Amino acid sequence: MTGPRHIKFYQTGTFTVGNRLLDVAVQSVQSSLDRNNSLTSGHRACQGCGEALGARYALDSAMRATQGQMVVANATGCLEVFSTPYPESSWRVAWLHSLFGNAPAVATGIAAALKVKGRSNVRVIAQGGDGATVDIGFGCLSGMFERNDDVLYICYDNEAYMNTGVQRSSATPAAARTATTPTVGDEPGNVFGQGKSVPLIAMAHFIPYVATASVAELRDLEYKVERAMTFRGARYIHVHVPCPLGWGSDTGDTIKVARLAVESGLFPLFEAEQGEVVGRRTIRRRVPVEEYLKLQGRFAHLFAKNADPRRIALIQAIADRNIARFNLLEGADA
Amino acid sequence: MLKQCEGSQAIAEVVAMCRPEVICAYPITPQTHIVETLSSIVKAGRLKPCEFINVESEFGALSVAIGASAMGARAYTATASQGILFMAEAVYNAAGLGLPMVMTVGNRSIGAPINIWNDHTDSMSMRDAGWIQLYAHDNQEAADLHIQAFRLGEALSLPVMVCVDGFILTHAYDRIDVPTQEQVDTYLSPYEPQQVLDPDNPVTIGAMVGPEAFTEVRYLAHHKQLQALELIPALAAEFKATFGRDSGGLLHTYRTDDADTIVCALGSVNGTIRDVVDDMRGQGVRIGSVSLCTYRPFPSEALRTAMGHARRVITIEKSLSVGIGGNVSHNLRMALPDPATRVHTVIAGLGGRPITRASLKRVFAQAIAGTLQPLTFLDLNTQVIERQLERERAVRRSGPAAEAILRDIGINGAAQPEGNPT
Repeated sequence: MTGPRHIKFYQTGTFTVGNRLLDVAVQSVQSSLDRNNSLTSGHRACQGCGEALGARYALDSAMRATQGQMVVANATGCLEVFSTPYPESSWRVAWLHSLFGNAPAVATGIAAALKVKGRSNVRVIAQGGDGATVDIGFGCLSGMFERNDDVLYICYDNEAYMNTGVQRSSATPAAARTATTPTVGDEPGNVFGQGKSVPLIAMAHFIPYVATASVAELRDLEYKVERAMTFRGARYIHVHVPCPLGWGSDTGDTIKVARLAVESGLFPLFEAEQGEVVGRRTIRRRVPVEEYLKLQGRFAHLFAKNADPRRIALIQAIADRNIARFNLLEGADA
Repeated sequence: MLKQCEGSQAIAEVVAMCRPEVICAYPITPQTHIVETLSSIVKAGRLKPCEFINVESEFGALSVAIGASAMGARAYTATASQGILFMAEAVYNAAGLGLPMVMTVGNRSIGAPINIWNDHTDSMSMRDAGWIQLYAHDNQEAADLHIQAFRLGEALSLPVMVCVDGFILTHAYDRIDVPTQEQVDTYLSPYEPQQVLDPDNPVTIGAMVGPEAFTEVRYLAHHKQLQALELIPALAAEFKATFGRDSGGLLHTYRTDDADTIVCALGSVNGTIRDVVDDMRGQGVRIGSVSLCTYRPFPSEALRTAMGHARRVITIEKSLSVGIGGNVSHNLRMALPDPATRVHTVIAGLGGRPITRASLKRVFAQAIAGTLQPLTFLDLNTQVIERQLERERAVRRSGPAAEAILRDIGINGAAQPEGNPT
């Protein structure tokens, strides 16, 4: 049974269940003394960086699932830059950075080499931010999915090009202020577009496993990575990771902001196998989108004196649509 | 074993004998027959173990090769034209990371205007990317260079581009001496990587490098290419010992010993140039030629030795450095010891225009007579140029130039370039 010596770390101030209450077998990877520290301390991410947190949990979970037999291909972006300023590296995994838009293809090459060499025990992870995934690397990502290459791709979505100074990506939400969607004119911030759900696009490739995750639900993230590693073929996990710098949120509010995105319905958590949704995480305490938006400077214009109230209503409609589509309310029929 | 086959088939057969472990394929004319043949070879089980991956773009193709090479596999791909531009970022990246791989370029022009035929604009656009660039002068050499390219690239941990004239070589049926698997295995050992992704000994590859070390990293890339200058002739000599024929090396000289006029070119046009050299030698002209097999690294020392005594040098170049002229001639000028040596650049064969013996003989004679300009466009139809320039002077909205020129010369392209006696 659980003994104190097995406990090193657990989340506080969140809904995360304390590890003390759990059997060793179901304690989080991150709380284990044997965790790999795949992205170890000393890197140069901003305080409160959701991406660093997400990558650390995801990779440690994958390292445990593969008994350390794992290789990582990383796209250009914050995660690559803050972790490897020459000659330092925060990576305690075999790690390759090639370009901004080619991480899925590089991972395919690694997987092909492993297959040829008969090393099926070594697994491949590719990772990048939303820019690398939903925009510039999208062609390579779709190719990797379509061929069903044996790669888990993890997207850390902070909803803009943060490394270059917060410019809009196609993952940037409606009305958000970025350096290229300024808050001027009658419709400040990003446009209300059609949206682009890469998890749904991934599902349309009918790959074995697709999931969304959030740094608000780190145990869930660990579980989904572990689950992904039980499949062969192309897998995709899309992790919502707040960026205090780009979002204008307090560095201590990263988990809170991420949780409100989930609880408002703006970021639905679900998993899918072979193109069909097989699980969703219901909302425990539904909140209006204002609670999520008001914590972030990028949405401050929505709460200005002369702001058009219809714009918040439009964002609420997006959340409502997600809740209906993924059946996210507690007690609703699954 | 002697075999009558298409250049692309010969290349594919020989590449397969080099036992690549990962082959990435994306179709683009005129290299397509190479990867088609390789796909048949792999699917028939004649090359094992090998992963043949149909990728979604050339950028994907080279990126897959990067991943495979970093994981310690021998990687191969082929491309051409727009394809090499689409993968340009990965071309520089593979060299910068120091990952060996071999890529065939079926040389083809670059649009616009879109054109599928042969010239060297594609590979020339990547001359500074850090890859070793080898140019084949015939299909035997095209096949042979691939065997040497794997050996060379893996020895230096550098990627190697084997440039083969599109259609002229890739689609030509020739008599090829196809080596035996035993010969290739004797010459080319399994790949032993200098750096590799290894979960049991994890390293970070591709870290960010700032001003404090970037120059040193770039210098080392240059240093590796200088090492290649020594290794390439040694590997060609060893190739001759194993396979019994001359192939590859830095350059091939032809009747240059007493020549006061020397022509220099890359690739298959050297065959035509040698015919013209023989013809003019028959008329008592002291002319010779140099086929430049290795363009990157640039073999300055070997060129000095081969051409330093010439009074005039003519480069026949299948690519145009727009706004200045030739790439080869500018590099060559730096290699020649005597600044008084006249260097003429002749831009020829763009977009597949035939380079005829008659036209070459005419410009060589002009050079010897002292009437050839420093920069000449072989068989340029000046009437067509003048007509278009006149249109552009007359009307602001003169429309797209290429289409107007096509109208001028007729839908069958029947109008002959001015002064072309064929």
